[in-house]
Amino acid sequence: MIHSPYIRKPASVQRVMFNVLLALVPGIAAYVWQIGAGILVNIAIATLTAVAAEVIMLSLRKRPVMLAATDLSAVVTAWLVALAFPPIVPWWLTVLAVLVAIVAVKHLYGGLGQNPFNPAMAAYCTMIVAYPALMSQWPAAGTVDFATQLHLILGGARELDAVTGATALDALRTGLRANGSVATLLQSNTYGAVGGRGWEWIAAGYLLGGLFLLASRTITWHLPTGFLVGLGVTSGIFWLIHPEQFASPLFHLASGGAMLAAFFIVTDPVSGATTPRGKLIFAAGVGLIAYLIRAFGAYPEGIAFGVLLMNICVPLIDMKTQPAVFGHRGGRQP
Amino acid sequence: MITRLFSFRGGVKPDAHKSESAHAPIAMAPMPERLIVPLRQSTRATARCIVQVGDLVLKGQRIGEPEGTLGTAVHAPTSGKVIEFGLHPLAHPSDLNTRCVVIEPDGADRWIERQVFDYHTASREQALAQLRDCGIVGLGGATFPSHVKLGRGTGIETLILNGAECEPWITCDDRLMRERARDILAGASILRDLIGARRLVIGIEDNKPEAIAAMQAAASNIDGETSVVAVPSLYPAGGEKQLIRVLTGIEIPYGKLGAEFGVQCFNVGTAHAVYRALAHGEPLLSRIVTLTGNVARAGNYEVLIGTPISHLLTLCGPKPDTDRTLMGGPMMGFALPRLDVPVVKGTNCIISASPALFPPPLPEQPCIRCGECARACPAELQPFELYWFSRAHNFGKAQEYNLFDCIECGCCSYVCPSHIPLVDYYRFAKSEIWAREREKSAADQARDRFEFRNFRQEREKEEKAAKLAAKAAETRAKLGDTPAPSTAAKADEDPKKALIAAALARAKAQKEAVQPRNTDQLSADTEAEIAEIDARRIKASLEDPAASGNPPSPDRSPESTP
Repeated sequence: MIHSPYIRKPASVQRVMFNVLLALVPGIAAYVWQIGAGILVNIAIATLTAVAAEVIMLSLRKRPVMLAATDLSAVVTAWLVALAFPPIVPWWLTVLAVLVAIVAVKHLYGGLGQNPFNPAMAAYCTMIVAYPALMSQWPAAGTVDFATQLHLILGGARELDAVTGATALDALRTGLRANGSVATLLQSNTYGAVGGRGWEWIAAGYLLGGLFLLASRTITWHLPTGFLVGLGVTSGIFWLIHPEQFASPLFHLASGGAMLAAFFIVTDPVSGATTPRGKLIFAAGVGLIAYLIRAFGAYPEGIAFGVLLMNICVPLIDMKTQPAVFGHRGGRQP
Repeated sequence: MITRLFSFRGGVKPDAHKSESAHAPIAMAPMPERLIVPLRQSTRATARCIVQVGDLVLKGQRIGEPEGTLGTAVHAPTSGKVIEFGLHPLAHPSDLNTRCVVIEPDGADRWIERQVFDYHTASREQALAQLRDCGIVGLGGATFPSHVKLGRGTGIETLILNGAECEPWITCDDRLMRERARDILAGASILRDLIGARRLVIGIEDNKPEAIAAMQAAASNIDGETSVVAVPSLYPAGGEKQLIRVLTGIEIPYGKLGAEFGVQCFNVGTAHAVYRALAHGEPLLSRIVTLTGNVARAGNYEVLIGTPISHLLTLCGPKPDTDRTLMGGPMMGFALPRLDVPVVKGTNCIISASPALFPPPLPEQPCIRCGECARACPAELQPFELYWFSRAHNFGKAQEYNLFDCIECGCCSYVCPSHIPLVDYYRFAKSEIWAREREKSAADQARDRFEFRNFRQEREKEEKAAKLAAKAAETRAKLGDTPAPSTAAKADEDPKKALIAAALARAKAQKEAVQPRNTDQLSADTEAEIAEIDARRIKASLEDPAASGNPPSPDRSPESTP
């Protein structure tokens, strides 16, 4: 027997996931415009792998396949994997990463809603540890044409120096290690107005999509704000102390995966904190760890590690930040 | 006057669907062939039947006597003949039976002589008793006895009248306010006097402008600080705690009553019934019911309590594709398991449901912890956490996360993108917790009973012993063997020994009674020998021969030994 309520808002997991995919479109468009269409090939490879892996895992787990395979959650994971990876990684790396995300991180933990770790970020961390060289080859804007990108994706031979510029974060890091100063380094060809040349447009695209997610109430303001404040304030402190050694907060916010992370990565509801205060703490923690790794760690980008580390803390954060319920608050009486 | 409004967090805005029936003036529902009047008309109380099958009853005649503190009287809704007294199913999801008086109307609808009740001169207690005897209960749906609610004290600052009617489809309060605003305000005025409130605030959702206008016009005719306030249409603004919050800013926590915070809230229909009862001596015999949904003629009817739902449905004409009939609104109502059940005092709306209007829920998907439910929850709970805990049978944790603050308004289920029937999980968890508490209290009772039994057996044993000791003492007294007061006290302490002593005393007495016969035939030598032995015995027992007037005795009663 069906119980009340007898009416439902027209909402579904598909709708939520579709909104996320839709919000990624401006960023992807900027990507194609600035870097090249190779990313579309990667997205296609990742999507096909993800859906296939989802179907296989669901049937192995004897779960209703159609309903879960069409909920678009695997597609979101696939797109995030593709967007977080360099656009010229060979196809098998993408396939492997997506398999890690879907099979190991998602389904081995119980499928949608059960995974304690962000699948895309877990896949990123696995791959950067396993294939550090391939994961560090980021083409600068306009340096690699589509034919070359396709050639590389399909596993063609790599003449590393010819194809890779370094990312803004990478170049800065290497430059600083070689005793350069931030001001002089940022004048090089790698950089645009605020971040990596070309990449700052992509970041703007993600920001636009993120605003759509906020407007459509798919995400709340807490997570992006927490992350951006966490990253911005930490980098700001170091920048104020020693501007020659540390790049400005604006640079950090516009570089690497900061915007993608702020609106699409830390906002993963399944593996993130859920209470309003918890969301702020969780996202700020990711921002803080990301900055520390960027500035002092062994990797140019630290968001993925930040996310995984904070994923571990989620049960504690949620438990300790339970909001007061109606009438138990005290002090809200007039 | 301008009242500052507050807001509650959460809430949803489902399609109101008020226009289907809001235009239809209240019409009298035709008399059914028979009325099934349940004796259970208020929460947790069933009235005692005081009529018999075959009795002729008049409209308004009392047929059920209130029992218990939560009891209210039950009346015959019309004149006619009692044709049955027995169990009938009640309008409830459980489909359980309750005691009902079935009345066959005679068509005359003849009133019993109404006793005029002058509420101006009556004391508060008399007025409350009158409300109980008129069967007045909360008409918002909870059917809590009004006299009990009003009895919670006086000197309450604010009386709130709930005309929010936030559930979709329902328009009975809307029509009542439009058409009988004066009576409602008169009732509110009485209620205000009964609780000694300083001000009266009437909250109506702003999607009912006609009702607000009518109530404002009527409010200008009564004395005292009165304001009719349009509250934003946001389900569940008509929830008692939510409305109190919106109008006063006060939050009443779970388990607390408004009276403790200086505020009480009554439904507009209740205020109307209170007025009829106290000003006209009319018991609550009918209420307004909205008939709507997938019907040909949606409308609002004044319906006698006890009218079968099936009879009402002939008035609105459900369309052929109707698959269920809901009682109450779609957010908190329930599907009727059968249609021959009677209208009761809490029946505000009957909705004919079709798959087109109320589509079956989509298949359940996994919870993705999106938090949509938490944003919709007016109790500010974390519904998805409660869901995980309930699902895992982790009821302790669910209670820790304030499961019982859930008002089951349905907002979380309404917004859930995974189509999880969240409220069902909470109902399940709550009933499991109640069942466990019942089990625990049953076990506690059993243990208490067992412990009491042991205590009782012990006590009886002691009592028996004491009785025997007393008897022994009595026997001793009879024998003239008066023990010293100190020994008597000792006897109480050690009844067993007293018992032995008494037996020995008896044996000795017997022996003595027999002895002389034996001694008659004894030689002087033997007598002398006996006397010597006796003397030795006395000496050995260190008994002072002077203490006993009797001949030397071998009675070595323990109490006499040092």
